[in-house]
Amino acid sequence: MDFSELFKLSGLLGRFSPDGKCLASCVQFRLVVRDASTLQVLQLYTCLDQIQYIEWSSDSLFILCAMYKRGIVQVWSLEQPDWHCKIDEGSVGLVASCWSPDGRHILNTTEFHLRITVWSLCTKSVSYIKYPKACQQGIAFTKDGRYMAVAERRDCKDFISIFVCSDWQLLRHFDTETQDLFGIEWAPNGCVLAVWDTCLEYKILLYSLDGRLLSTYQAYEWSLGVKSIAWSPSSQFLAIGSYDEKVRILNHVTWKKITEFEHPATIANTKTIVYKEVEKSLSVETERLSFPPTRALASSLFSTQSKYDVSQVPVSLQYIKPVADRANPKMGIGMLAFSPDNCFLATKNDNIPNAVWIWDIQKLKLFVVLEQLCAVQSFQWDPRQPRLAVCTGNSKVYLWSPAGCVAVQVPLEGDFQIVSLSWHASGDSMALLSKDNFCMCYLEREEV
Amino acid sequence: MGDWKAITVPVLSSDSKNIFQYTSAKKVSPSSMNSQVLRLPLPSSKSTHGFFSAFCTEENIEQSVSYLDRELTTLGFPSIYAESKGKELNLISIINCMNELLVLQHKNLRAQEEVEIQHLKLGSDMEHLQNCYAKLKEQLELSKREIVGLQERDRQLQSKNRNLHQLLKNEKDEVQKLQNIISSRATQYNHDMKRKEREYNKLKERLHQLVMNKKDKKIAMEVLNYVGRADGKRGAWRTDKTEARNEEEMYKVLLSDYEQRQKQLLVENAELKKVLQQMKKEIISLLPPQKQKPKERSEDGPVLSDLEEDIGELNKENMWELSCETVREQLTNSIRKQWRMLKNHVEKLDNQVSRVRSGALNEKDVISREDHELETEKLELEIQQCKEMIRTQQQLLQQQLMSPCDDDTTLILQDCYLLEERERLQEEWRLFREQKKNFEKERRSFTEAAIRLGLERKAFEEDRGTWLKQQFLSMSTDCKHSENVTAPSAFLGSSDQDNRLAISTSQRKPHCVLSVPVSPEPCQMSQYITHNSSSAASKTPAGDSKPNQWVERDKEETE
Repeated sequence: MDFSELFKLSGLLGRFSPDGKCLASCVQFRLVVRDASTLQVLQLYTCLDQIQYIEWSSDSLFILCAMYKRGIVQVWSLEQPDWHCKIDEGSVGLVASCWSPDGRHILNTTEFHLRITVWSLCTKSVSYIKYPKACQQGIAFTKDGRYMAVAERRDCKDFISIFVCSDWQLLRHFDTETQDLFGIEWAPNGCVLAVWDTCLEYKILLYSLDGRLLSTYQAYEWSLGVKSIAWSPSSQFLAIGSYDEKVRILNHVTWKKITEFEHPATIANTKTIVYKEVEKSLSVETERLSFPPTRALASSLFSTQSKYDVSQVPVSLQYIKPVADRANPKMGIGMLAFSPDNCFLATKNDNIPNAVWIWDIQKLKLFVVLEQLCAVQSFQWDPRQPRLAVCTGNSKVYLWSPAGCVAVQVPLEGDFQIVSLSWHASGDSMALLSKDNFCMCYLEREEV
Repeated sequence: MGDWKAITVPVLSSDSKNIFQYTSAKKVSPSSMNSQVLRLPLPSSKSTHGFFSAFCTEENIEQSVSYLDRELTTLGFPSIYAESKGKELNLISIINCMNELLVLQHKNLRAQEEVEIQHLKLGSDMEHLQNCYAKLKEQLELSKREIVGLQERDRQLQSKNRNLHQLLKNEKDEVQKLQNIISSRATQYNHDMKRKEREYNKLKERLHQLVMNKKDKKIAMEVLNYVGRADGKRGAWRTDKTEARNEEEMYKVLLSDYEQRQKQLLVENAELKKVLQQMKKEIISLLPPQKQKPKERSEDGPVLSDLEEDIGELNKENMWELSCETVREQLTNSIRKQWRMLKNHVEKLDNQVSRVRSGALNEKDVISREDHELETEKLELEIQQCKEMIRTQQQLLQQQLMSPCDDDTTLILQDCYLLEERERLQEEWRLFREQKKNFEKERRSFTEAAIRLGLERKAFEEDRGTWLKQQFLSMSTDCKHSENVTAPSAFLGSSDQDNRLAISTSQRKPHCVLSVPVSPEPCQMSQYITHNSSSAASKTPAGDSKPNQWVERDKEETE
């Protein structure tokens, strides 16, 4: 495993281009485009204000930079660095911005969710979508980029509009039986839309592409409901993580629950492998100590190496009960992700923040639990193979695959607290992001 | 007749008092004696005297005899009188009567004894029963008390149960109440939320109106130039046709998805059916055909025919790839039946095996032990042989190691090794020398080439100098023609040169004309060389020499 040096970054805005050739990163108001393998600076663009959001177009030719405070979106071209485009929303304000799947339209959501404006880079036409819903995931594109679903709210009722992305024509408009829609997500096959309600009500509705209600699923009433959902890559399963610390899996044939995954604080099943991160103390020979201490020596003295030990079952994990009278409590299943080969599901129970649970989907059983020393910040699957990368806010990156797991210390000086990570599309490298910096990690083919 | 008197059984005693009591009672009514059932104790000899003297005295002998006779006759004895006259006593009959009376007495005594014994027995029985009764009564008391205690406990438990039920009900009621509260609060909350949302929507609408009315010039997009579409096509208008096309495409997408899923399901179904068929065949093959009883056979009859039918139908089915309910049911039912039969069969076999095993256990043990011993013997032999072999080998090795003790052999061996090494080294030396020669040759050739290059460069520099000079001269003569003259560019200079040379000196020797087009290339090369070489040959001396040459050549030609 090779690590590059640290580069400056702000706002955790480090994104690979969809074709995998470039890496865009933001430093305050500058956008730096580097080559993904050599990290050589290819382009440098300067925006008018601090950048809050960047996104690559689907053909990797354009990048949009959104500055919400000034209400401006600037689009840069990689082919022609002289080309520029600035969209100013003016007094209407800007809250969110994204590309359309064809890479030629930009959808801006104005402040207070007054409307969504569709700006076209090809023609002079502008379209408006009225009454968009102010929720976490209000716009969803199908994987093939043909259809877009927008959540709307009129007269205190939720609706969904499905548009055809090629000509922005309204295909279907139907109401949903939700109290307060929280999010929508297309299945990877683009034929089923999952709609879920606010956390006060556990309700998942499944709509077909033509607007028919296929099924409703409600596990229980009154307690806090759905926290996160994830579709399996083959669209066979829908995993629903809820505040009662359970994941329920629905199957695509009957849309009924086939199993429930519990996340208890004590793991008793002997077939589960529990990897526990332990610190191994570095033994430094006293002869090698020199005064004043060299930088490398200092960093190696203070950085703690860690490795994984297999714990004997039964294992009890650190359980945190959140304060009862606060909103959005840190409990329940907050993170869910299927592996790209559909064989594993990684989950995180916010009540047990130091553990990552990996479930075997073929057997519908708990396979591995990774117990870390610090709280897990984020994890992401390798887009090519069943390999999971986990970061916990320290300067180590953890990799798990069915062959085993490894903890790697990033050999860089200074304080590098990895908060987020992002895999390259080829699965050969990944970007490790911290609050102020990022570095690239290159993996060899045979590793793990 | 007489009064029945309750006469207690007097204890056998020789007390004359008793007798007197008795006799006194007797004296009271002699007539009543006749009908009295008397139980008389056996009088003792003394009392007999008294008894006799009391009964019969000298005065009433005849009366007493007649009385006795009457008594005896009433009792069934023959009369004691000799004849029916009276006064003469029949001694024989008297003796017989006496004997009979004695016998009767004995009998009575015996009966009395028996009765007494029985009486005693009954008395003891009664005591025993009374004891039992007392004990049972005690037990009854105890159990009654126990029952009372248990009842008490039962009552307590029941009351506890009732309390718990009550509590449960209360809890349930509370839960229900809380749920109702929650639901009412939720509806109230929703209502409030809706109200606030409506207000919020109104504000948004107002804001939207204001924003749109302002016609903010700032809301605009500035773009350098519009970009072409990603797919290269031109944008299309939105018409009904496009709407219809979109709908069509959407349905196509959905249909293709369903078709794909259906195909997958069909494939799965076909595989599962194949597996079931295979299972069925295997089950049938496992089931032994002879052991079936006639009853089973009769069951199998329809089953077999079912099987045949099934197989036939399923084969047909595979050909047609239909899947109707009845065929599916038949298949599953037949498999279930076969499986049950197989299970029974396996259970039977298990029983048989267990029976057989328990019966023939000993023999097996014996046999196995013998085999085991044979095997161990064999293994031991093998081990011994191996050990011997190892020993001999060790000896041989030692001999080998020991034998070259003399120096000659060691020296020879060492020499052999050394020779080998030396030969190898010699070969390597040879190769090395060859390579060295090759390198030397190459180096020499390179130096020669470098020298040649240097010479050539010199010559080119001189040529260039003369040529430039010539150009310069031509430039100074024809100023009007020189619009496009740019001195440094080799290309333009050469073309002008060509023209001028062609015009002015058509009689030039061909090699001169030819030399001009040749020069641009070497000039270029010289430029390249001068750019790249760190030790650039100075231009000026070459340049100086060149024009001289050129001028000389001109001179030659003009001359």
